[in-house]
This record gives sequence, structure tokens and C-alpha cells, in this order.
Amino acid sequence: MRNIFTIYKKELHSFFSSPMAYIFLVVFALVNGYFFNVQFFLINESDMRALFGIIPLVYLFFIPAVSMGLISREKSLGTIEIISTMPILERDIVIGKYLAGLSLILVGLLSTLIHYLTLINVGSTIDHGAVFTGYLGLALLGGVYTSVGLFASSLTENQVVAFIVGIAIVLIFFMLDKLLFFMPSSMTGIVQYLSTDFHVSNMSRGVLDTRNLVYFGSVIGFFLSITTRILESRKWS
Amino acid sequence: MIRIDNLSKNYGSVEAVKSISFSLGDGEIVGFLGANGAGKSTTLKIMTGYLTPTSGNVYVGDKNIIDDCLEIQKSVGYLPELNPLYSEMKVHEYLKFHAAIRGIEGTDFTYALKKVVADCSLQGVVHRTVGNCSKGYKQRIGLAAAMIHDPKILILDEPVTGLDPNQIVEIRGLIKKLGKEKLVLMSSHILQEIQATVDRIIIIDQGSIVADGTSEELISDSQSMIQLHLDILNAEENDIQDMKAVIPAINVKTVKKSEDNVKVTLEYQHTSDPRKEVFNYAVDKGWVLTEMSLSRKNLEDIFRNLTGKNSGETDA
Repeated sequence: MRNIFTIYKKELHSFFSSPMAYIFLVVFALVNGYFFNVQFFLINESDMRALFGIIPLVYLFFIPAVSMGLISREKSLGTIEIISTMPILERDIVIGKYLAGLSLILVGLLSTLIHYLTLINVGSTIDHGAVFTGYLGLALLGGVYTSVGLFASSLTENQVVAFIVGIAIVLIFFMLDKLLFFMPSSMTGIVQYLSTDFHVSNMSRGVLDTRNLVYFGSVIGFFLSITTRILESRKWS
Repeated sequence: MIRIDNLSKNYGSVEAVKSISFSLGDGEIVGFLGANGAGKSTTLKIMTGYLTPTSGNVYVGDKNIIDDCLEIQKSVGYLPELNPLYSEMKVHEYLKFHAAIRGIEGTDFTYALKKVVADCSLQGVVHRTVGNCSKGYKQRIGLAAAMIHDPKILILDEPVTGLDPNQIVEIRGLIKKLGKEKLVLMSSHILQEIQATVDRIIIIDQGSIVADGTSEELISDSQSMIQLHLDILNAEENDIQDMKAVIPAINVKTVKKSEDNVKVTLEYQHTSDPRKEVFNYAVDKGWVLTEMSLSRKNLEDIFRNLTGKNSGETDA
């Protein structure tokens, strides 16, 4: 646990010692703010669904950008040799890096709470429960995409390649339930369950089902697990 | 303290290390020499747990690198070949990160930091960003990070590469000082550096150990046959070839006749010394000896002989 925290602190330090984290947070807040406010005052409804519809799209590009360097940069700089010859498990390296990436995403997500405060001030009959589950869904979605981004980052020492692979995989997860029309009916249930958007839209409507939580937990666990295996595989290269 | 037992490592079909074995004791400073691609860095990477051997094992005390990797890593300090560093960190932050992973925090860290900063002469750069430090300082930062937990074993891959002569002397002094209480295994492609710093030299070539001993032992072993060079006036080639019949201890290796003189190279076992007989033979024949010299091999010759390559190209 101590090692996870040490890696976590190192990664956060790395994020905030360059302009990257600040640019991410500012642009993330501006993009979401713009698209939310354009729709919010147009549809004239007291809910956050406009925001909950925009953030998953913004995530598609922002999260692979945040996570692309987490491991690939260590590989290209050669510091992976330093970190791998310390008395620390690969699993702890992966979890520490994952939590650091996720923390940055969650800080970005928290910045959108300003719109919730706007809603409280100007709206009426607000469904606070739906807002809470919606945010929980977005946090979990951020967790899934960060684990995918970390996995992509472990595959290569080239950050651009990691970024593109990351986008490709999260796009597949995002698009799955939009492709149901082309699927045989026997597969629609499975494909729909595998889609992130299906679970996020459930939660943004205020539905909190354990199946959603199991899904997010399983996908995150799967990607963190194979990322750990990839890091360990260097030993047998 | 460390025992390498039949260690092998294959990269696909390439055998990088071929069943090597050797032991290293406490307080030894050992130099690891090898030509490019000889398997030197691969061996060090296996010893530090970065790679897993294809067969064989590395034992540190009663622990082995396959089953007790983390335990061994706790007692080893490692400076990789290219000395990769987190350039965005400040020097003290970088050392703190290393210490934290090793469980050294609070006052223990303050003490450890003070010690490595003094040992590695980092006083002037502790609060500077790693990326802004000179190459020499970066090398010392890497060394300080490897030493922050006061390990019993230090493994240094090319620790003096890229340093200027003054810095090399400083690092050499530091390694010698560390060697009094730790086992230090260092690789270097600078043969003079190895000779000046280490107690013992292990030479690896094409994945196999080809020599192991002190530099004096290696030089002595390789000089079992000593060469004697003669420059003679008034000599005939036939007389020189007849010398073997009179002095059986020698072999006539080369004879080069020019207008006035003959240049001859003789060879003999280091256990005998036929120089007196050679001189008397020359006097009997009425030759004028203008030169009589022994050729002594240095470590570079030995390295070149053993590895069959030019030492200037070594970099593994």
C-alpha cells in the first residue's frame, strides 16, 4: 500500500510539474461548460442530462491523452528499468499510476459541479439522486477509460501510438450499443451489456443497479490485470 | 555473498548468456568486462531482477532471484547503463522517491540524504531540477539513488561513462571507498578504469566467461609465453634459425631481413630466461646486438586476445 501511494505521488507530481495537467483541466472545464450551457438554456429543463451526454464524448479524447504517457514514457526514457529493479510489485506500479491518472480525471469531473450549482440556483424540482448516480457513472466511466489508456500505454514506448490505441479501444466500448442494429438478435444482450454507454445512461437516469457496478469493476480489473501481466512480461523477453 | 550458478539467457534463438558461473564475496570490487553484445548488461539485468534467466539462478546468501526477487532487490543498489532519471523532479525529490520505495522516511531519510549527498558531492545541486544538472552530476545522482538505502551490494553498469577526467577520479575514489564495506560489481568499457578501480576482473565474451582473476593474475597467465625482440647487425638468416638447436628453450617466431640488419622475435616460456644464452650465442657468431627487448602484455592486449575484438569498440 505504501508503494502504491509513493508511485501515486510521483505520477501526480509528474502531471503537475508540466503544463499538461493544467491545460487538461482548463480545456476540459471550458469544453464541457460550453456544450452544457448551449443546451441547458435551450431545452429549459432542470436536469444535468445535457452534461452527462457531453462528458462521455469529451472523455473519448481526453482520457487517452492523460494516460498515454503513464507507462510508455517510462519505457522511452528507460526509467522503467529503475522502477522495475526496485523492491516493488508490478501490480503496485500499475495501481499507483492508474489512481494518479484517475485522480486527474476526477478533479476535471469535479470542476463541472459548477453547473450543478447553477442548476440549483436557477432550476426547480431537481432530481438530486439522479445527479448523484450520474456523476457516479461518469466517475466509473472515467475509471474504465483510464484503465484502457494505461493498458494502451503499456503496449508501446511511443506516446502517440499509445494515444491512438487508447482512443480506438475506448471508441469500441462507446460505440458498441450504437451498433446493435447490425447485430444478430441473439447477441444484442451481450453486446449491449459490454457497452459503456448503456451503463452510464442507466445511471444518469438515476438507476443504480449492481449489474452496472459489476460491469465497471470487471472491466477496470481486467485491464489493470493485463497491464500488470504486460509489465511482468519484460522479464521473459 | 553472490553466486551465479549456470546462468543462461536466450533472446529468441540468440544465446546472450551461456551457462556462466562465478562467485563474488563481501567487500570485493569486481570489474565486469566484455565486448559489445557479450552478455554483460544482460547478466547485470538478471542479477537485479529486471530479467528472468532462461536457466540457472543467482543466489544472494540463501535467497535466489527467481523465488525471492523482491528480497534480493532490497539489498541491491543498481545504476543502469544509460542512467535514466526522472528529469522533472528536483534532486532531493528524486532521492526521496527512491528512499520511500525502500521504506526510508522521516529522520531516517534525512540522515540517508545527508550521507549520500556528502558521499557523492551533491551539495550544490540538491534543490536543483535533475534535468538541469550536468552529465557528471546526473551520474552522481544516479549513484546516490542506488546508495540511498545503504545496500550491501552495488551493481553499476558503466558508472563513469561520459564523465570528465576529474569526475572519473572522484567516482573512482568513491567506488573504492564503498568497496571497503560493500560488494561492488561494476562494468566499464574503459580498461584503464577497471584496472585502476577493481580488485578482480571478470571478462565475458559471446555469453561465456573467458577470464576471471586480479589484473596481475590475468597478465601473468597470459604471459606464459614471453616474446624477446632482437635487432642484429651482421647476421645471416640461417644462423638465426640454427639458434634453436643451440638454445632449445626458444622458438624463433619471426625473422625480418633488411639491408643491414635482421629483426628477430623469439618466444620462450615465462618459467625460463634464455637471454644470457642468446647474448652469448650472438657474441660467438660475431653479431652486433643493437636492441634486445621484452614485450610485456597489458590488460588491453589480453582483453583483445580473449574477446578477439578491438577494445575501443566495447560498449556492452
